Amino acid sequence: MRAKLLSPKAFQIYGLALLVVLMVVAASQPWWARRYTEQWTTEFLYTLALAQAWNLLAGYGGLLSVGQQAFIGVGAYMVVALGLLAGWNPFLTIPVAGLVCVVLAIPMAALLFRLKGANFAVGTWVAAEVLRLLVSNIDAVNGGSGISITPTLIGMPIWWRMSETLWIALALGVGGMAMVYGLLRTRLGLALTAVRDSEPAAASLGVSVSRMKWAVYLVAALWAGMTGALIFITKLRVAPDAAFSIDWMTTTFFVTVIGGIGTVEGPLIGTAVFFALRALLADYGSWYLIALGLVAIIFMLFIPQGIAGVLKTLTGSNLFPTQRHAPKVAS
Amino acid sequence: MTALLAIDGVSKSFGALRVINDLTLSLQPGEALGIIGPNGAGKTTMFNLISGNVTPGQGTVHFKGQNISHWSPAQRCRAGIGRTYQIPHPFGGMTVYENLLVGAIYGAHHAERAAGRLAMNLLDLTGLAPKADKLAGGLPLLDRKRLELARALATEPKLLLLDEIGGGLTEHEVHELIGIIKTIRAQGTAIIWIEHVVHALMAVVDRLAVINFGVLLAEGEPAAVMAAPEVQAVYLGVEAA
Repeated sequence: MRAKLLSPKAFQIYGLALLVVLMVVAASQPWWARRYTEQWTTEFLYTLALAQAWNLLAGYGGLLSVGQQAFIGVGAYMVVALGLLAGWNPFLTIPVAGLVCVVLAIPMAALLFRLKGANFAVGTWVAAEVLRLLVSNIDAVNGGSGISITPTLIGMPIWWRMSETLWIALALGVGGMAMVYGLLRTRLGLALTAVRDSEPAAASLGVSVSRMKWAVYLVAALWAGMTGALIFITKLRVAPDAAFSIDWMTTTFFVTVIGGIGTVEGPLIGTAVFFALRALLADYGSWYLIALGLVAIIFMLFIPQGIAGVLKTLTGSNLFPTQRHAPKVAS
Repeated sequence: MTALLAIDGVSKSFGALRVINDLTLSLQPGEALGIIGPNGAGKTTMFNLISGNVTPGQGTVHFKGQNISHWSPAQRCRAGIGRTYQIPHPFGGMTVYENLLVGAIYGAHHAERAAGRLAMNLLDLTGLAPKADKLAGGLPLLDRKRLELARALATEPKLLLLDEIGGGLTEHEVHELIGIIKTIRAQGTAIIWIEHVVHALMAVVDRLAVINFGVLLAEGEPAAVMAAPEVQAVYLGVEAA
C-alpha cells in the first residue's frame, strides 16, 4: 500500500481541532479584532452558509438551481417589511424570513419540479427574475430604487450590531455545515447520497426520490432566506437588483465546485480558497475575475471532485466521515 | 391461485414508435420466466413497465392482485418488485455494503442493524463480502453486475427482474451466476430473466417467452418454445445476421 501523508485518524483529529480553534477565533472577534476583520469574517461565514445550502440542493439532491437568489432576495425584503415597515428588531426578522421562504418554496417547487435538467435550471432563474420584477413594482418598498434599512438599527450600539451579525453568520455557516453533516449520518443521508449517485437506482431500491428533492429544496430555501436577511442587515440598503442578483449564485458555484461538490467539507475549503484568491488578486482589477474564471474552468475540466476529493485521495480519509462500515461476521 | 404478476393488454409508444403492443403475460408466485428476443424487441421496456420506470399507454399491470399501473418505482419496490439494470447503476460514492443498506432499509423496511445483517448475508451469497468496504465506483464489471443483483435482493423482493445480468461474463462466471440464481429461486422468489445467454436461461427457468417487435411471439415450456419454427425464423435468424 502507498504511504499516506497523514494517517486517516490524525488527519481527522488535526482537522477538527483546527476547525474548533478557527470557530473560537471567529466568535471572539468582537473583543479583539478590527471592524474590517470582523466584516471580512462575517462575509466569509455567510458565503459558506450559501454554499452549504446549495451543495445540499445540487450536490446531493441533484437539483441544479441557479435561482437561489430568489430566497436571498425575499429574505432581504423581509427585513424591510418586518424590520423597517413593521418596526421589528431586524435580527428577529431572520428566522421569520427563513420560514417565509419555506412557504414560498412550496408553490415554486410544485411548478419547477415539472422541469428537468437544464430546463429546471433556467426555470429557477426565471422564477427569481419574476420575484425581482414583482418587488421592483411595490411602491411601499421604494420599487426598483431600493430602500435603506438604517432606521431599524438606530439606537443599537455599533459594537453590538456587528457582534450579533458575526455570531448569526457563524451560526448559519458552521450550523449549515453541521446540519448537512448530521443529515448525512442519518438514514435520510443514506437515501440522499444514493439519489446523488443514481436517481433511477435509488428509486428502484425503494427511495422516494421526489420526497428527497422536496426536502432538500425546502431546507435550502430556509437557509438561503435566513442568510439573505442577514446579508442585507450588514449592507444596510436593500434594492431588488442587488438582492435578487445572480452574482450570489456565481460565487456559490465557484466556491462549491472548487471545494468539492457533494462533500461536507467542500464548501468550507472552497470558501477559504475564494477569499484567499480575492485577497491576493484584489489589486489586479478585472484580471481578478478572469483568474477566478480560469480556476473554475480548470477545476471543472481536470479536478471535478474538487479539493476535498483530492485531499481524500491523499489522506485516505474524510474530515467528516459518513461511511457506514460493514459489521464483521464470524463465518 | 391469483397470479403474482399480471400484465394485461399493455401497450407503450415512444413518439410514433410502438415499443410494446398489446402484451398479456402473467407469472405465478415462485415461478421463473425467461425472456428472449432480438435487440430492440421491447424487453427492457417491458421491465420498465413492471418496475414503474415507465407507465403504460394502455392496459394494466397487477401485482399481488393490486393495480400498480400508476405506482412509482419506489412504491413498487416496497411492494416487492426488485430489479437490476442492464447497465449497472452503482452508487459510486458509497461502499458496496452501503449500496445494499439502501435497499434493505428503504426497500425492505429493515432497521439499520437488521439491514446490516441482511446485507452481509447477501454479500456472502454473491461473493462480494471481501469488497464490502470498497467504494462501489471502483468495481470491475463482473462485481458491478453482482452488486446490481445483491442490491436488488436486499429489498427482499417477491419478484426479481434480471436484465441481462449474464451479458459480458465469461463461461465460468455465468456458471457461478446460475448457481446464485438457483439459490434465490429455492427461497421462493419469482424471477423474470431477460438474457441473450440462452443456455443460462434454460438451466433455470420454468417457462420461456419470446418477444419480437413488442409482441409476444411464443410462450411455454422452454425446449418447445426454442424448437418452434417461428422462433427459429425470427430469433435465430436475427442472431445469425
